[in-house]
Amino acid sequence: MLRADKLSFGFPGRTIGAGIEFTLAPGEVLCLLGPNGGGKTTLIRTLLGLLPAHAGSVHLGDRPLAHVRRQDIARTVGYVPQAHAGAFAYRVQDMVLMGRTAHMGLFSTPSDRDREAAARAVGTLGIGHLADRAFTEISGGERQLVLVARALAQEPGILIMDEPTASLDFGNQVRVLGHVRRLAAQGIAVLMSSHQPDHALQCADRALLLGEGKAIELGKPQEVIRPDTLKRLYGVDVRIVDNTCLPDYALRQ
Amino acid sequence: MNASGSRGAAAYLGATLALAILAALAFAVGRFPVAVGDLLGAFGAKLFGLAYPLPENVETVIFKVRGPRVLAALLVGAALAAAGTAYQGMFRNPLVSPDLLGVATGAALGAVLGIFLSRDVWTIQAFAFAGGLAAVGLVYWIGSSVPRHDPLLALVLTGIVIGTLLGSGIALLKYLADPYNQLPAITYWLLGSLASINPSDLVAVALLVLAGLAPMLLLRWRMNLLALPDDEARALGVDTKRLRLVVIVAATLMTAAAVAVSGIIGWIGLIVPHAARLLVGPDFGRLLPLAMLLGAAFLLAVDTLCRTIAAIEVPPGVLTAMLGTPFFLWLFAASRKGW
Repeated sequence: MLRADKLSFGFPGRTIGAGIEFTLAPGEVLCLLGPNGGGKTTLIRTLLGLLPAHAGSVHLGDRPLAHVRRQDIARTVGYVPQAHAGAFAYRVQDMVLMGRTAHMGLFSTPSDRDREAAARAVGTLGIGHLADRAFTEISGGERQLVLVARALAQEPGILIMDEPTASLDFGNQVRVLGHVRRLAAQGIAVLMSSHQPDHALQCADRALLLGEGKAIELGKPQEVIRPDTLKRLYGVDVRIVDNTCLPDYALRQ
Repeated sequence: MNASGSRGAAAYLGATLALAILAALAFAVGRFPVAVGDLLGAFGAKLFGLAYPLPENVETVIFKVRGPRVLAALLVGAALAAAGTAYQGMFRNPLVSPDLLGVATGAALGAVLGIFLSRDVWTIQAFAFAGGLAAVGLVYWIGSSVPRHDPLLALVLTGIVIGTLLGSGIALLKYLADPYNQLPAITYWLLGSLASINPSDLVAVALLVLAGLAPMLLLRWRMNLLALPDDEARALGVDTKRLRLVVIVAATLMTAAAVAVSGIIGWIGLIVPHAARLLVGPDFGRLLPLAMLLGAAFLLAVDTLCRTIAAIEVPPGVLTAMLGTPFFLWLFAASRKGW
């Protein structure tokens, strides 16, 4: 579905990472792990076609992403950005409805079908009580759920999430990861980045460890998330106990 | 949905009523008062062919003197409000006015140059229009060829820099201008006025305003997505670069046409979209028509005041600032919610 081949990525004039290879299959959750500034967001922007590949390629289905129109990408790939406050007080239901834009004509406004799809997405995330609230007035965790609903309204086969649990409290982290698992069970392929190796261990099928400008490891989270790989990525000493990463200082006590 | 829907309907009804009352007032009051009965009769005769005996001087005042001026106020007010609404959405900032990319400053430089070269009114208006388009074209060209991560910021910064440069050009021409004839004319133009409008101007302005309005109305849903961060709008399937160019061209066309005939009348493009957004929310399809109604009503009210509160005409730009500043400060203090 989504395939990266010998992919180099970065900003115009500056390559950040190279040699990225993976295939994302339907129903699979792939978690992107790496330190701050390691290029997770830049890789995600390249996979969405928002930045051009520096070398190698990204394929969507059997077509090179660079040859797919923006609107067609948006019909297949849903994007969940990190939650932001928003500039204007759009209502939550309008925010979700914006996810339908790729399915509308250039001069169209939302049809009944679009409104139904948006309402379904709102229902899936269980945020119906927020529908009439202003996006600018709800909490950060609620905004993240709204952005997931908006991506679902795109009716995508692939969902790309940029640190969906960052800045969420514990309850909302569990909620968002629960939705990720449920969506994968429905056959949606999910690529998410995270700061938390534990999240990869808990809910991903595979993990891609991104550090030093390359893919250090790609495989089952239980196999690639090890004290030595985490030391290489983050420069700290941890041990993995019962599928949970525990820092050394906690174990010494 | 229903609560905000009925609030929106009430806002539209209120704005339309206010506009109708203001229009009647604008025709009736002034140095030569016109009775409401005569006013109704005159329009009945004109529109439906009803027989209504009217003194010739009353007819002249209604259709030749006040008619064009009322229409000009409606047109210029609506155009500035529409352009401001589009810019505020696109630049994701409620404090943005249609002059952000230099259209009014460019138009002013064009007009001042026309006056400096002692050209006729038509040429001065054409210079103003061309100056507005050229300024924004220059800003867009420079702003979008600078390699930056944030295209909006590049545009805004270029707009500020070019605006300052054009401003110094105006200052130079004022310094060089003949202080007895040209300088007063320049000063008067820069203050803005609807007094010297003529019907043939109106047709040209109306056509240009319609040309700018059509793409905004057609693209009204997509305009909402420009208010999102660029990456998000693109990931949702919108070609933001092209859409932004369309909006800039449309808004510039409307503003340049308005400024060319009225001079610089500030504040409307800044506060009117703001007030409309408080009434019906940010959805562009509902916001744009209300902003245009309110903009038309506001400038009509201001212009009527301008020609009635004193023995001489007050420049409308002065009044819009005097009314706009307290309103804006009140908005700023009163609105704790998002814009």
